[in-house]
Amino acid sequence: MKRRTLLAVSAAALALSAGAGLAQDTTKVGFIYVGPVNDGGWSQHHHEAAMVMKDHFGDKIEVVEQASVPEGPDAERAMTQMALQGADLIFATSFGYMDSVINVAGKFPDVKFEHATGYKTAPNAGVYSARFYEGRAVEGYLAGHMTKSNKIGYIGSFPIPEVIRGINSSFIHAKKENPDVTMSVVWINTWFDPAKEADATQALLDQGVDVVLAHTDSTAPLAVLKEKGGFGFGQAADMYEYAPEPRISSIIDEWSPYYIERTQAVIDGTWESDNTWDGIGAGMVGIGEITGPVPDDVKAGAEALAKSIADGTYHPFTGPLNKQDGSAWLADGEVADDGTLAGMTFYVEGLTGEIPQ
Amino acid sequence: MDVSTINPALLVASLMVASTPILLAGIGELVAERAGVLNLGVEGMMITGAICGFAAAVHSGSPAVGFLAAAAGGALLSQLFAFLTQFALATQVASGLSLTLFGLGLSALIGRSYGGQKPPPSARLDLPVLSDLPFFGRAFFQHDMMVYFSLAIVVAVWVFLKFTRKGLILRAVGENHDAAHALGYKVIAIRMAAIAFGGACAGLGGAYISLIRVPQWTDGMTAGAGWIALAIVVFASWKPWRALVGAYLFGGITVLQLNLQAAGVNVPVQLLSMSPYVITVLVLVVISARTRSGNSSAPASLGRTFHATQ
Repeated sequence: MKRRTLLAVSAAALALSAGAGLAQDTTKVGFIYVGPVNDGGWSQHHHEAAMVMKDHFGDKIEVVEQASVPEGPDAERAMTQMALQGADLIFATSFGYMDSVINVAGKFPDVKFEHATGYKTAPNAGVYSARFYEGRAVEGYLAGHMTKSNKIGYIGSFPIPEVIRGINSSFIHAKKENPDVTMSVVWINTWFDPAKEADATQALLDQGVDVVLAHTDSTAPLAVLKEKGGFGFGQAADMYEYAPEPRISSIIDEWSPYYIERTQAVIDGTWESDNTWDGIGAGMVGIGEITGPVPDDVKAGAEALAKSIADGTYHPFTGPLNKQDGSAWLADGEVADDGTLAGMTFYVEGLTGEIPQ
Repeated sequence: MDVSTINPALLVASLMVASTPILLAGIGELVAERAGVLNLGVEGMMITGAICGFAAAVHSGSPAVGFLAAAAGGALLSQLFAFLTQFALATQVASGLSLTLFGLGLSALIGRSYGGQKPPPSARLDLPVLSDLPFFGRAFFQHDMMVYFSLAIVVAVWVFLKFTRKGLILRAVGENHDAAHALGYKVIAIRMAAIAFGGACAGLGGAYISLIRVPQWTDGMTAGAGWIALAIVVFASWKPWRALVGAYLFGGITVLQLNLQAAGVNVPVQLLSMSPYVITVLVLVVISARTRSGNSSAPASLGRTFHATQ
């Protein structure tokens, strides 16, 4: 008898709590970051965008975050846990989470997933990315003008299309401004390792490089440049604390409008899997203020370049362009299509070195 | 481009800088392991040292104070491990791993307000004659004091372990804690001291990264250096001089491959990156082969819990 009462009571309690859960009607939004939320770059910016979104919605949503989640099985575990804890929408913010997102999305058809910088989608998993190569064109323009040694360097994280696009875009525009320019690429096989980023910067400086572009998440390259001289750029975040030198501009990730839009879609029940790829024009890529000893005409030129990319009159990958081996890629005036850009695995002509396989 | 564009003096100079954190952490762990304690918490002690040193240096304006605080922070954290393993008799492996996780969390907590700050610059050694020597001056005599201090520690540890009575006792504790105990040596006290020394050295190694190599604070900035330090101890087969060789080999290959890439030389990056580990595996194989013939270099009581029964 007692046991039955207990069962009845617990069943009632369950029903009540379920009812309460429905009545509350908060949307739970999860975020998974590859690095710490104060890395000064990529992860921090996603986190800050998430906080902007949280302020925007107030009590209507609940935000849960998990930082420093390694790519691979850990990511799958973290996302599964979030889904089990009732997340309605999960933003996975690193390229390497791609397969994990697809796997977990298959197991939780009612949960919506958004994967940053990937290309695999599912009915409940969309992808979003920014056209950072547009911003890197502006960086390349500045690098080409500001180098005195005609040697610029690029710290690559992983040899994936996203990074290779950035290398090509910055090199093309540096070369356009300064035909003598050469670019050294150093791959470090990590998104975040300040000591290694610092060593890579030092190695480039030892080779006579005086402008360093980085595709890694910490501010270590700028810290080294500040001490040893040379110019660099803010990456993902403005990194204005290093202005006016060595930071002469930056490309900034502007994720919050997208986060607000997609969360609103989930609240409204209108969310659909999509493939978003926006750039400077749509406000997803920001160009940080151009500072330091950049001459006024160069500054104006860089801003004009950014503007022409934003309004669509100019595309950073416009022919004539050849591939590294000299074979033709884009004819005069031809513009690269998104498919080629998304799967870019080759250097353009003039770059030396090989892309690690 | 070709290899000739790499300046060997600059390469040696950056090699020494890149190797110093893992050398410091490695030599500290070596002493702990010679006392029979396997502390896998090196990464946690390093990162804790990194933030303690950073915070102290920022507030005091003195890098020296920063390094002292880093050593203290690392040593203090290591005493948590010492308590767990020496008094609570917890498993060393699990305790060490949790120390790493704890250290990562603790450092992130302490470091919350230190992002974007700049530590005071560390002075470089500037000897009138030596610094001006061609090649050698740039390669060896223009470093900060910690590089030389780390080398001094290696020498001191070597002398201590090989030539002093206290070193002999420490080794005895590591080889056979029951026998050492029977002889009247205080096994637990000796091990706690060895763990503290290991923690202090790891803390210094961490602070070297946050104060000199990168000069800034970022969460998780040691990024696995502590694990490399552990590998170096095995590579060195528990001998101080070999730890020096191992650290410079690990650090050197990292720096070399970055320089080769920067010089535009086509090298299989992954191959070079993994080569120190391959060598470590080979060393392990050699060691285990020797063990079978009854001639192991690992301390015999390594990783075993000591509980006085008599």
